[in-house]
Amino acid sequence: MFTALFGSVEVGVIYAIMALGVYLSFRILDFPDLTVDGSFVTGGATAAVLIVSGVSPVLATAAGLGAGFLAGCMTGILNTKGKINPILSGILMMIALYSINLRIMDKPNIPLLAEETLMTQITSWWQGLGIDSLMEGLLSSVGLGNFIPATWGIFGVMLVLTFVIKKLVDLFLKTEIGLSLRAVGDNTGMVRSFSANTDWLKVLGLGIANALVALSGALVAQYNGFSDVGMGIGMIVIGLASVIIGEAVIGNATIVRATLAVLIGAILYRLIVTLALRVEFLETGDMKLITAIIVIFALVVPKLVDKQKAKSRKKKRAEQLGAASANGGNQVAAAKSDL
Amino acid sequence: MEGTRLLQLNQIYKVFYEGTPDEKIALNQLNLQLNAGDFVTVIGSNGAGKSTLMNIISGNIFPDHGHVVINGTNMSSMPEHKRAKRIGRVFQNPLAGTAPTMTIEENLALAYNRTKPRTLQFGVTKKRRDFFREQLEILHLGLEDRLQAKVGLLSGGERQALSLLMATFTKPDILLLDEHTAALDPARADLITKLTKEIVEKFQLTTLMVTHNMQQALDLGNRLIMMDKGQIIFEANEQEKMALTVEKLLSEFQRIRGEALSSDRALLV
Ligand SMILES: Nc1ncnc2c1ncn2[C@@H]1O[C@H](COP(=O)(O)OP(=O)(O)O)[C@@H](O)[C@H]1O
Ligand SMILES: [Mg+2]
Repeated sequence: MFTALFGSVEVGVIYAIMALGVYLSFRILDFPDLTVDGSFVTGGATAAVLIVSGVSPVLATAAGLGAGFLAGCMTGILNTKGKINPILSGILMMIALYSINLRIMDKPNIPLLAEETLMTQITSWWQGLGIDSLMEGLLSSVGLGNFIPATWGIFGVMLVLTFVIKKLVDLFLKTEIGLSLRAVGDNTGMVRSFSANTDWLKVLGLGIANALVALSGALVAQYNGFSDVGMGIGMIVIGLASVIIGEAVIGNATIVRATLAVLIGAILYRLIVTLALRVEFLETGDMKLITAIIVIFALVVPKLVDKQKAKSRKKKRAEQLGAASANGGNQVAAAKSDL
Repeated sequence: MEGTRLLQLNQIYKVFYEGTPDEKIALNQLNLQLNAGDFVTVIGSNGAGKSTLMNIISGNIFPDHGHVVINGTNMSSMPEHKRAKRIGRVFQNPLAGTAPTMTIEENLALAYNRTKPRTLQFGVTKKRRDFFREQLEILHLGLEDRLQAKVGLLSGGERQALSLLMATFTKPDILLLDEHTAALDPARADLITKLTKEIVEKFQLTTLMVTHNMQQALDLGNRLIMMDKGQIIFEANEQEKMALTVEKLLSEFQRIRGEALSSDRALLV
């Protein structure tokens, strides 16, 4: 159980980078970008092909990120220059990317288990540090000897990487370009009247968002030990689920808080899915359905809660008013009896 | 600067839904010149083409024929965001001029970049914050003490005052105000009118202001134009404007158009 939960946190941290990308397009740009399902695979495919052909894993991963950036820019160009609506631009890119990803990989699946990847590099570097045996001793001494993960290295390094990216996103959104990017999602006409090229900003924003998604895809491929043409299906919904769950739990009052919420949301999402899959009658194939249900819940429940709150507030007010008029009536009666 | 030709509109023609039963000529061969330092108030019935005129100057829409020349440069086909380097705008809707989820200082930082290319520098720095605070004091609304408040939390009047400041503190060549007090209650509208007067004087801005309120059109500015059916039907220069009253304007309108005032026209008062 602990191993399963640890695994889901580990994976959640890697997927959090993808969720940050979805946050950028969905929340910051107010652009529901479906490119994600394709660009996630593009990242994985590009990295996998390069790793297999002997390129260093770091470079291969960076190339995956770059490929995702280009894909996002294309969606932006379809929307701003082609005047195609946001959802359709994303869907078109997603479909186009499916073929492109197959072309990149030249087959539906590339195994990486025999290759040197970022994950194998991290693991061997980490083993040299001896922290795992330290943790093992620690956990054993508190009686958790059975629940020892194979390594803490990947979790540790990915956590640091994800936090660094979160911090970079926070800082970027405070720069002059970042501010105008946020304003595009908030009030496009207004930023344009302050001489910002909103088309270019949208293209850039979608490029960055999909660069993060593709980076996450490249890391996931190396983590799983393969890149598969179908590994992006439903990714946008997973990203949305992470963003929405995080906002529900942590809130989004400031940018720093909102991006933290996305990270935590991504991890919580994985935990929820892991726990849900332990329910007897659910199978791995049900994961997409579970995800959809989580998103629906996360979207509907807060609204119901608000409605309920408003209702009880109104009821209270009505009661107060009723009480007040009743008092008024009493006073009139009292005044009359005084006569 | 005084006396140089700042804005020139030549034979501006704009038709919407051309060739359909809904065809509407919004601007019909309109000519207008603004000299540096001019403050022109624009009145006219609903649908006269006042907003279309503003949109054509700002580049939000493009004329079918005619030229927009700003400071000697023909800008007829230049996109809005490029022209915006020279133009400040305040809209009728107080929600239109600001970004609600961003803070007051972030909104000011956005506006600060109107004349400068945007870079990867931080938008709000210590130095800029001091500058923003100083500018906000002009408004006398205490916003200088709420730099980190989200603009969505401000009242309509406060947002419109902020929009006005954002459009002006970088000293645009031309300031366009499109009924920017019309959506406010009378007290707030008076406040914004007063601020407009102060700010235009302080920064010496060449201004074109559309208003529904004839008295306001007479109180502010050095020139007045009246529009109807996409044309300028009446113009008053500085001396003429000083002698004008609301009654005279109304009778002028009747005389030129030869129509009794419809209920819509009565809105003009
Ligand atoms: N974007 C548009 N599309 C179609 N018709 C428009 C558009 N903008 C304005 N019009 C029409 O052009 C005419 C002038 O409108 P407008 O300039 O908004 O008038 P005003 O601001 O003087 O009330 C109106 O008949 C209006 O319906
Ligand atoms: Mg109008």
